[in-house]
Amino acid sequence: MTEPILEVTDLCTHFFTQDGVVKAVDGVSFSLKPGQILGLVGESGSGKTVTGFSLLGLVDPPGRIVSGSVKLAGEDMAKLSQKQLRQLRGRRISMVFQDPMMTLNPVLTVGEQIDLAIRAHNKMNKTQARELATAALTRVGIPDAETRLDSYPHEFSGGMRQRVAVAIAMIHSPDIIVADEPTTALDVSIQAQILHEMRNLARESGTALIWISHDLATVSSLAERLMVMYAGKIVEEGPTAAVLRNPRHPYTQGLLNSLPAMAEPGHPLQQISGSTPSLLALPPGCPFAQRCPNAQSACEEEVPLVQEGESAYRCHFPIGGTA
Amino acid sequence: MSDAFLSLDTISKRFSPKITLGDRIALKLGASVDTRSVHAVEQVSLTVRKGETLGLVGESGCGKSTLGRIAAGILEPTEGNATLENKPLMEEGRKATLRVQTVFQDPFASLDPRMRIGDIIAEGPIVHGLTTKNEAPSYVKGWMERVGLDPSFVDRYPHQFSGGQRQRVAIARALAMQPDLLICDEPVASLDVSIQAQIINVFLKLREELKITCVFISHDLGVIRHVSNRVAVMYLGRIVEIGETETVYQNPKHPYTQALLDSVPKLVLEDDTLVEFTAISGEIPSPLDPPKGCSFNPRCDHVMERCLREVPGLIPVDGEQEAACFLNQKEETE
Ligand SMILES: Nc1ncnc2c1ncn2[C@@H]1O[C@H](COP(=O)(O)OP(=O)(O)OP(=O)(O)O)[C@@H](O)[C@H]1O
Ligand SMILES: Nc1ncnc2c1ncn2[C@@H]1O[C@H](COP(=O)(O)OP(=O)(O)OP(=O)(O)O)[C@@H](O)[C@H]1O
Ligand SMILES: [Mg+2]
Ligand SMILES: [Mg+2]
Repeated sequence: MTEPILEVTDLCTHFFTQDGVVKAVDGVSFSLKPGQILGLVGESGSGKTVTGFSLLGLVDPPGRIVSGSVKLAGEDMAKLSQKQLRQLRGRRISMVFQDPMMTLNPVLTVGEQIDLAIRAHNKMNKTQARELATAALTRVGIPDAETRLDSYPHEFSGGMRQRVAVAIAMIHSPDIIVADEPTTALDVSIQAQILHEMRNLARESGTALIWISHDLATVSSLAERLMVMYAGKIVEEGPTAAVLRNPRHPYTQGLLNSLPAMAEPGHPLQQISGSTPSLLALPPGCPFAQRCPNAQSACEEEVPLVQEGESAYRCHFPIGGTA
Repeated sequence: MSDAFLSLDTISKRFSPKITLGDRIALKLGASVDTRSVHAVEQVSLTVRKGETLGLVGESGCGKSTLGRIAAGILEPTEGNATLENKPLMEEGRKATLRVQTVFQDPFASLDPRMRIGDIIAEGPIVHGLTTKNEAPSYVKGWMERVGLDPSFVDRYPHQFSGGQRQRVAIARALAMQPDLLICDEPVASLDVSIQAQIINVFLKLREELKITCVFISHDLGVIRHVSNRVAVMYLGRIVEIGETETVYQNPKHPYTQALLDSVPKLVLEDDTLVEFTAISGEIPSPLDPPKGCSFNPRCDHVMERCLREVPGLIPVDGEQEAACFLNQKEETE
């Protein structure tokens, strides 16, 4: 058995705002082995990005990790200084941000930024770095890469910026990449190329991936395991195909029902009734209860995680019944 | 076409590199400085009818957002005319009409970080008399609810939102202006499928109620199929196929459209299936140096000698469907 490269235990990241405490991440646990690809899907605003930020030590005030632990190769990240964290980021763990402009500085050319990223952790001269940067851009499907290194981010299309962010995250073949919606701005063909490159990286360098995405089809073809997040909690997890084929949690089922392919073109799509609960005032018990077709009074109480073979879910009345 | 609402007439857009003084000296001294310009949009002619939704799809970097910005009257084309009911969309380098609103691809960049989101949504409608200062809070609340945002968030700033929440602020802001023409650039890309469904339903309903005409740019071919009456496929700055959505999806007449539809990922529901990720083969052409002839020729399985010399124009194939491919002319010439 290989040791996990990442172990997250009961992670809670909260924002202390004027209006109250936003429990963005509330008791998330999972582990990752080298080369493993984990999909993370869920409601918009459910805490996927904040989970990713927590792993990299990037949560800013008024937010902070209030409890739980993140261990990278057995080492507790909470014990690291800011300096040690900076040395880790990019080299051992990197993130493709949902908003590529978080990676890219608007006043530097694309080439200058890749150069900075390369030489932050690698001793080499400008010429060598430029060659590596050209190769990195070509790898993500940007033609005329050498010339395009001299462009500024605003001179790139949305998808090209996203690919630069992907290229930067892959440069040092880190232990872990948290990829937050890394292909939303890409057409299906270039997306296929990126997925191919990412999977190769996982296989060849043992980079473990956390793949945050709304695109269930893509996640299902890439990730071995899947976690479904709702209101700060993992509500279902397991081998990807099994979860999608046989969802146990009504929220997961609701997601699948909402796919455009499930309705006639031009007709209303199925949507989950009700709206996202405010994370400021979560009811005790299951956060999905108010919207759930199966909810009963028991759902007002704390819902434990029910383990079932390789899968687990957090629901008193799962689809298909309890074992 | 007489029923054209939005009309784009042989539009081209090139971005030239800025030549600095240093470059100029270097050029004089005979050094090589790259002065090639980016051919972002090449001779695109297009009409959108009142009340219709035109989907716009194509490879990343092929010029969709550039064309969208021209159609929104916020970017001047290098050549050609863009008009809304025969009136120019831009005058003296500025947007000429407020009847057009845009949902931008990058929601974070398009929201002022120092403004509360309630003000972001209310600003335009107040200025244009769609609501008053006093009524603004309830006006804003209504639009926030429609896009599935908790109205108690009105006093928050953009950075306090998740990606998808920000996207919905941008959608609410555009819709609250009750535009006649809406340019949506990847409006649902960062939303989970359930909220995406909610937004699409709101969009379908409002489109009906307010008779909004829409250009809808997206990489999600499932979403495009669902919302568009017609679809235009772009490749390296040009429209290579256009037609009624169902016709194009069921019977694509351009090899690029075919390849694109073939690459759509499918939901994998069987254990241990290994999906091979295959991009369209061949080298992606550069907009700095478009290939001679048909720009898809380096990647096309059906390439003929003629494709290397001539640029195919849009040829009507079937009813309203048009495709820029010589394959569709074969029968006539044979
Ligand atoms: N700085 C902040 N202050 C207050 N609340 C915040 C802040 N940052 C995030 N949040 C809240 O934390 C919750 C989780 O946000 P997060 O960005 O992780 O969502 P997400 O799952 O990534 O959603 P999406 O799919 O829309 O990107 C959201 O409800 C958001 O409003
Ligand atoms: N301001 C600019 N200066 C120089 N080049 C630009 C500028 N804006 C866009 N381009 C270039 O024009 C081409 C088309 O860009 P555009 O943003 O229209 O593509 P797109 O089809 O929207 O792509 P995506 O799907 O990735 O968003 C790209 O090669 C891009 O680099
Ligand atoms: Mg997010
Ligand atoms: Mg774009």
